[in-house]
Amino acid sequence: MIELVSDSRCIECNICVKVCPTNVFDKVVNAPPTIARQSDCQTCFMCELYCPVDALYVAPDVDPLVGINEQSLEVTELLGSYRKNIGWGKSLTTTAKEDPTYQLLKTMK
Amino acid sequence: MSQKQLLLDDSYTSNKFPQTFEADVLVIGGGPAGAWSAWSAANSGASVILVDKGYCGASGCAAASGNGVWYVPPQPESREAAMASREALGGFLSSRDWMQRVLDQTYTNVNQLADWGYPFPVDEEGRPYRRSLQGPEYMRLMRKQIRRAGVEIFDHSPALQLLVDAEGAVAGATGINRQTGEKWVVRAGAVIIATGGCAFLSKALGCNVLTGDGYLMAAEAGAEMSGMEFSNAYGIAPAFSSVTKTLFYNWATFTDEDGVPIPGAGSQKGRSVIAKTLLTQPVYAIIDKASVEMRATMRLSQPNFFLPFDRAGIDPFTQRFPVTLRLEGTVRGTGGIRITDYNCTTSVRGLYAAGDAATRELICGGFTGGGSHNAAWALSSGYWSGQSAAIYSRNLSLQAKRQVEAVGGVGFVSGSQNQINSEEIIKATQAEVFPYNRNYFRNEKGLTESLQRLHSLWDEISNSEIADDHQIVRTREVASMVATARWMYSSALARKETRGMHKHEDYPEQDAQQQHHLISGGLDRVWVKTASLQETKVRELITA
Repeated sequence: MIELVSDSRCIECNICVKVCPTNVFDKVVNAPPTIARQSDCQTCFMCELYCPVDALYVAPDVDPLVGINEQSLEVTELLGSYRKNIGWGKSLTTTAKEDPTYQLLKTMK
Repeated sequence: MSQKQLLLDDSYTSNKFPQTFEADVLVIGGGPAGAWSAWSAANSGASVILVDKGYCGASGCAAASGNGVWYVPPQPESREAAMASREALGGFLSSRDWMQRVLDQTYTNVNQLADWGYPFPVDEEGRPYRRSLQGPEYMRLMRKQIRRAGVEIFDHSPALQLLVDAEGAVAGATGINRQTGEKWVVRAGAVIIATGGCAFLSKALGCNVLTGDGYLMAAEAGAEMSGMEFSNAYGIAPAFSSVTKTLFYNWATFTDEDGVPIPGAGSQKGRSVIAKTLLTQPVYAIIDKASVEMRATMRLSQPNFFLPFDRAGIDPFTQRFPVTLRLEGTVRGTGGIRITDYNCTTSVRGLYAAGDAATRELICGGFTGGGSHNAAWALSSGYWSGQSAAIYSRNLSLQAKRQVEAVGGVGFVSGSQNQINSEEIIKATQAEVFPYNRNYFRNEKGLTESLQRLHSLWDEISNSEIADDHQIVRTREVASMVATARWMYSSALARKETRGMHKHEDYPEQDAQQQHHLISGGLDRVWVKTASLQETKVRELITA
């Protein structure tokens, strides 16, 4: 579930408000968006992929957690980790090009 | 709201409903099927509006997940093998004509994706490998392509009711922008329902937008469903997580809490053993059959599979983790709106269906495993429905402007003072469709009892009224889920055998006498009838 909009990283572009399929965020004038409807979050991680500054964190749990904080996420390098893994973002190349699913399927036969 | 219907013919020309738009074709839903139908309609010369409940590009199960594609080069032997491989699993309800057409169209469309720049990988021999699509990449590209084709996209704009003309032909839809609260009306020559299946808010990956909304709207306009008994697909996920990606569980060992392997438990054939075991105790998995070399490959192949593990601090290759089965309903099940011809026409004039919203029995019968057939169906049926809706609309536009009215509106237009408690009805519906001993494994007693309760929920919804516009979308979702569950279980009761994914404990064998489709429909009164396989086959193909 979405747990964090980082005030220090957010540039108030509101892309997350636009792309969230379940409309979890609310735009706020001159401030980062708020997580207005956390219980509607479907834990699909799409907002993280579209955030240009890795300001969002979606915890893996489908239920809300306590004690998520930016400092520890930075230490564990989890902020923006999904975006990095699929190769979205400046100076990155999409990893779809390297998708080796065919190698795995071969081993199943 | 006190008015009898949200929108009647004259009301939307007044200032009360300022947002009125016109298009040749309206597409409802912006996943792969919706995107392909919008592109195809625009490419056939139609003006197109696509509305999505969320954001076209991020909405739906494909965008969040990604999957294989039934992409088979046109060599007769490979095509034959591809068609034969799933016929038995699907209970022999699929049709070779449809499979052939889907294989042809999928081949063309996937090659089109490559031309558009989808970054397909290249195998060791330097050949492009086009049987797998990563969701975020795929749907970002589709959004770009449909915009380039001139499609107008309304995000966060769920449709609520269909518009029909005096003869009952569908002529547009009404809806609301859930971020601004503004209502909209789109008058259109034809409407394509591409709203996906129904997973009952189970939190399967990307599936919470898939609440059967299109089924309900279509049914309110008079459309029929087909194969709704094939609606009990469940995906494996870590118990705490939404990620229902199942391919890698082929390399898993399933155990009890102490690490003792559970006999017969497996990702594919042994999934029912997992379900049975979960009824009484937790089940754990460990991906210990993947070699060390394979692990890096797996990470690159499905980055989102590893996301929950990395974030929860679990190494799935060396540590056991609890698993659950999340209902994927008709998203991975094959039931949906009945298709009456090769153009993906429904039983209502002017209304088309594509992707998971349409029945997938035509190519899968009563079963699909992974995403590959589903992805192929989405892009093929999307393509055909878009093309035929454009042609239909073009012929219509010669006629005078039609008088239209909004139909349906269960949940917000009863005129009663009772208010709906949506959250309670959701929980009550989930209590009927989630449990493995009700839905995964079915029996006459359980289905009958569930249906009684679901019918009461329907009565409750039909006799209630929403307090204000904020609840419109959720209330319609609730009504859609209850309606879907009633078609599912009524069809399941009527199929007195075990076939495809439909497992009936009272009738554990496949019965040759029941090799037919079950058509269902109805709102206040649900009905089910049989249709022979031939009936669903062919009407003449209209070509551009």
